[in-house]
Parts: sequence; structure tokens; C-alpha cells
Amino acid sequence: MTTADSAEMTGADTALKVRNLNAYYGAFRALKDVSFDIPRNKVTALIGPSGCGKSTLLRCFNRMNELIPGARIEGEVLFNDENVYHPAIDPTEVRYRIGMVFQKPNPFPKSIYDNVAFGLRINGYRGDYDEAVERSLRGAALWDEVKDRLHESGFALSGGQQQRLCIARALAVEPEIILMDEPASALDPIATLEIESLMRELIRDYTVVVVTHNMQQAARVSDKTAFLNMDEDRAGYLVETGDTHQIFTNPADERTEAYITGRFG
Amino acid sequence: MLRGGSWDREPSHGASLLRSGRSAPTRGAATGRVVHLIFFLCALVSIITTVGIVLSLLIESLGFFREVSVWEFLTGTRWSPILRPRSYGVLPLVSGTLLVAFLALAVAVPCGLGIAIYLSEYAPDRVRRTLKPILEVLAGVPTVVYGYFALTFVTPQLQNIPLPMFRDLLVFNALSAGIVMGVMIIPMVSSLSEDAMVAVPRSLRQAAYALGATRIEVALRVVVPAAVSGIVASFILAFSRAIGETMLVTIAAGATPRLTLNPLESIQTMTAYIVQLALGEAPHGSLEFQTIFAVGLLLFMLTLLMNVLGHLVVRRVREEY
Ligand SMILES: Nc1ncnc2c1ncn2[C@@H]1O[C@H](COP(=O)(O)OP(=O)(O)O)[C@@H](O)[C@H]1O
Ligand SMILES: [Mg+2]
Repeated sequence: MTTADSAEMTGADTALKVRNLNAYYGAFRALKDVSFDIPRNKVTALIGPSGCGKSTLLRCFNRMNELIPGARIEGEVLFNDENVYHPAIDPTEVRYRIGMVFQKPNPFPKSIYDNVAFGLRINGYRGDYDEAVERSLRGAALWDEVKDRLHESGFALSGGQQQRLCIARALAVEPEIILMDEPASALDPIATLEIESLMRELIRDYTVVVVTHNMQQAARVSDKTAFLNMDEDRAGYLVETGDTHQIFTNPADERTEAYITGRFG
Repeated sequence: MLRGGSWDREPSHGASLLRSGRSAPTRGAATGRVVHLIFFLCALVSIITTVGIVLSLLIESLGFFREVSVWEFLTGTRWSPILRPRSYGVLPLVSGTLLVAFLALAVAVPCGLGIAIYLSEYAPDRVRRTLKPILEVLAGVPTVVYGYFALTFVTPQLQNIPLPMFRDLLVFNALSAGIVMGVMIIPMVSSLSEDAMVAVPRSLRQAAYALGATRIEVALRVVVPAAVSGIVASFILAFSRAIGETMLVTIAAGATPRLTLNPLESIQTMTAYIVQLALGEAPHGSLEFQTIFAVGLLLFMLTLLMNVLGHLVVRRVREEY
């Protein structure tokens, strides 16, 4: 916590509060004492060298990390001031409220429609399915391209379209936060720009947290940036967080400056 | 000298690589051809055997079908090739075969699928590594053992069931043979289904978990549908195995060709009939003897059909994800 802006934030503006988070894989410590706030209805970028724990941190937000055998965490992640790791909390509820989009597009081997409807079905949605599917596909800027072939396989789409389908699938259950782990790294430049502009639109209704190794992307797309680094034991730690503009023009820490100017990582 | 020590192959700098006249490339190619030929012969043996079986079945049953029309054989409802009045309707043997096979599937499909789901989605690595070899042992038990298990253990247990219909259960019956055969083919269903389920990419499971799915929802709504071709193929192959199984039904299901779907009755399967006749005294070349080949041909075509179906479905699985 090195920046002023998080101190200014009131509870209502904060989507997630990370407090003293440590993550382990067996005996290996992947994250060390990470604490920061993620603002609501903003894009927050997590940047840092490969292997510093960005994906791990992201997966800790919606308890996806505990699906990995041997993974364990200490500390708190507060979502609406509730610790998602509280023993009374069901992890499936956390994942229902905090959605995720992965590095490689991973549509189900089902139709476009059924991909989007999947989350509605398992969570017992009782509204109009056609309407919800259309709304989600519009939200992911995919509707116009697929409205005439909703019952074709999701695999029939291009890579960029598949990734937007995955975003639509995540939007369908109306999460509050959408976590994206390098969502454009498997896509061509045009599809990448489409995903980036989509992120800017999504923050009208959602909070977006995106992991990226692409500095330009972080600068283009995010409002706030968190820079992680790793120490000699390869344990990741948070160097600084702040407004993206400030981080990229006037970083407080010299390691951040070295990283964003491409001197390491 | 760049290279120290002494060498069998004396280094002589600047000499041609072809210097020794050992014509190594030729030798290498010759070895390759021999190896190739050996493997080809191995493959040929099995092809020739298959062709030989089909031919001998066809030729021998030709004699049978000169006397009995194919239509009569396939649609007749009474099978009595030895006792007069003779009759060559194969349907009772077919019904007996299918009855036992479907009983077996009724046991093997739910159990095998349950085991596969458990092993692929629930079991920790350690449990999986112990359970899989145990299942393979189950698959390796000689079928004669299963036969006597059905006859001397399962049937008496069924007879003890305090329901009127079980009181008169015969010593030889389709039910106990079917149940035990089901147990016998569980490993086939579970291992092939599990292979298909393990092959489903982890990323699909993650996608479902990230939407709030529980483990059982991930298993039943993502993994099983994505692996459905492989799972169905395992059912088909298990069914084909059940149709062809011989020893168990010969021992436990009876020798009474009967057109029935009642599992409590004594029946005869195609395979058991073939065994019965082959062990009997029917003279070689007689019509009775030739029935073996007619039934055998039908059995072969049934299992072939099942296997082809199974492979077609398996081929589809690769196109799924
Ligand atoms: N499933 C896992 N099991 C064990 N170690 C892991 C696993 N996933 C990641 N790690 C380790 O945790 C550290 C952080 O990984 P990750 O979060 O993927 O980093 P990043 O996304 O920043 O590249 C790395 O050292 C990596 O080797
Ligand atoms: Mg990563």
C-alpha cells in the first residue's frame, strides 16, 4: 500500500480488498503479504514479470486457486466486506459472483446458445433464457456476429469470437467482478483491440481485473495498476499500486520504473 | 591431434567418409527393410486369421443354408436342430443372447460409469493408482470362475429372496448369468469411460467451476457430455463382449433355447449352443454340425457390427473438442 488513492476510497467504491494474502503451492510460497484495494467499476491491471504470481493472485480472488492440489492461502480477500475465505462461505457462491475469463478461449463443446446458457442453468435462473442469452452476447459485443447461428458449435467461431463468447458466458450469471487472465494473449492484434475496448465498456456494469504481460495494454485499458515482482525465493510480492497514469509516468518505486521501461522481466 | 586415445576406427583427417568401403548406408537400409518386413508379417498373420475365420464360417454355413433358407433361419421362433420335429429358427438363441447381454449392461453401465466418474473427477491420485490395478485384476479373472460363481453363489442367493417369483427360480437362469456377466464387464466400461473423461481438457472444467458449478455439476454437465462418444463406445464394446462371452453362460444360463424376455427362465445363448454341439456327437458334415457355423456366422456378424459401431463413435470423439 504505497499510494494515496486507496486511502481515499470509501467502502462503496471498493470491489475487493486484499489483506495480507499469502499463497502456497505445497511448501513453495508463491505470494507474500499482498494487500491492496480493487476499485469498483474500474479496470485494474496486474502487471509483473512472468512467474511472479499474477495468475495465482487472480485465482485467489474467486477461490479458483484451491482447485489446484496442494494450493493453500493465508490472509483475507474481502468482497463487500465479507471474507471470501470465511469457513461458512461456499466457494461456488464466490465463483458465481466473481466470474473469470481465461488465457486461452475455452468454450464448451456445445452450441453458442448452450455455452451462454450454461451458467444460467446450473444456477437455476428462472427468467427468460433467450432474452438472457441475447443480453449476454450483446454485452460481449458478439450478438450481431452470431445471432443467426446460435445453435452452431462454439468451436465454429474465430479465436477472438470464442474469447468474447467466453466473456458472454461469464456475463450471463451477472457477476459483480470479472477476472481476466491475459485474455488477449492468444489472439491477433485486431481481436486484442476488440477485447480491450470491450473491457472499457464492461466497467459501466462490472468491475474488471485483468492480468497482462503487455505494458501497452495495461496503459491503454486500465484505470489502476498493481505491479508485482518476485524476490530471490521466487515469492511474489506487491511493489506498488496506483493510478495507471501515475504508475506509467511517475512510478514511486524504481523497480516499477525499471520494469515498465523494459529493463527487466 | 584433436582426438586423443586410440580408436578402432582410425581417424584419418581429410579422408572420404566412404573410405572403408563398408557401404554402411546400404546395410542400414537393408536392416530397415527387414524390420519393416517382420512387423508387416506380424500384422499379416492377424489379417489372414480373420479372413480365414470368415471364409471357413461362410463355406461351412453355405451347406447349412442349402437345406434351410436364410429367412427361415432368421425368423423362425423354435430352435430344435437335433430333436424331432426339427426346426431351425435361431430367434430363441438370439433372444437368450440379448437377454443376458442387456442384463449385463443394466449392471455394468451404471456401475462402470459411476466408477469412471469417481476415478476421473473425485479420487485423489493415490486412490486412483490403487483402484485401477484392482479393477484390472477383476477383468483378468477366468470366465469359468465367474460361471461357477453365478451358478453356486449368486443363484442360491437369488433363490433366497423372499418374493414369490424368486421361489421357483431354476438352477440355470438368465438373471444370475446376466448379473455376474455385468460384474465381469464393469472394468471394461469403467476403464474406457474413464480414459474418455480424463481426456476432456482441464480448461473446460475450470470454465464450469468459474461459473459456480459444483463438482458433481462439472462431472455430469461438462465432463460426461464432452466424453459421451467415448462413453457410448465403451457401452457398445462391452455389449459386444457380452454377446460373445461363452463360458459363463454355458455354465450358468442353461441349455434351453427359449424365445423369452423373462430373466428368471433358463435360456440358451448362441455361444452356449455352439459349445454344446461342438462337444456332442454330431457327425462332421451333417446338418446338425453345420448349424454351428450358421450360428457362428450370425454371432460374428453381430459382434462385428457392434465393433464397427463402437469405432465409428470413438472416431467422433476426436472431433468433439
Ligand atoms: N499449479 C501449480 N503448482 C505449483 N506451482 C505453481 C502452480 N501454478 C503456479 N505455480 C508457481 O507459482 C508461481 C506463480 O505462478 P503464476 O501465478 O502462474 O505466475 P504468473 O501468472 O505471474 O506468470 C510460479 O513460480 C509458478 O511456478
Ligand atoms: Mg499467468
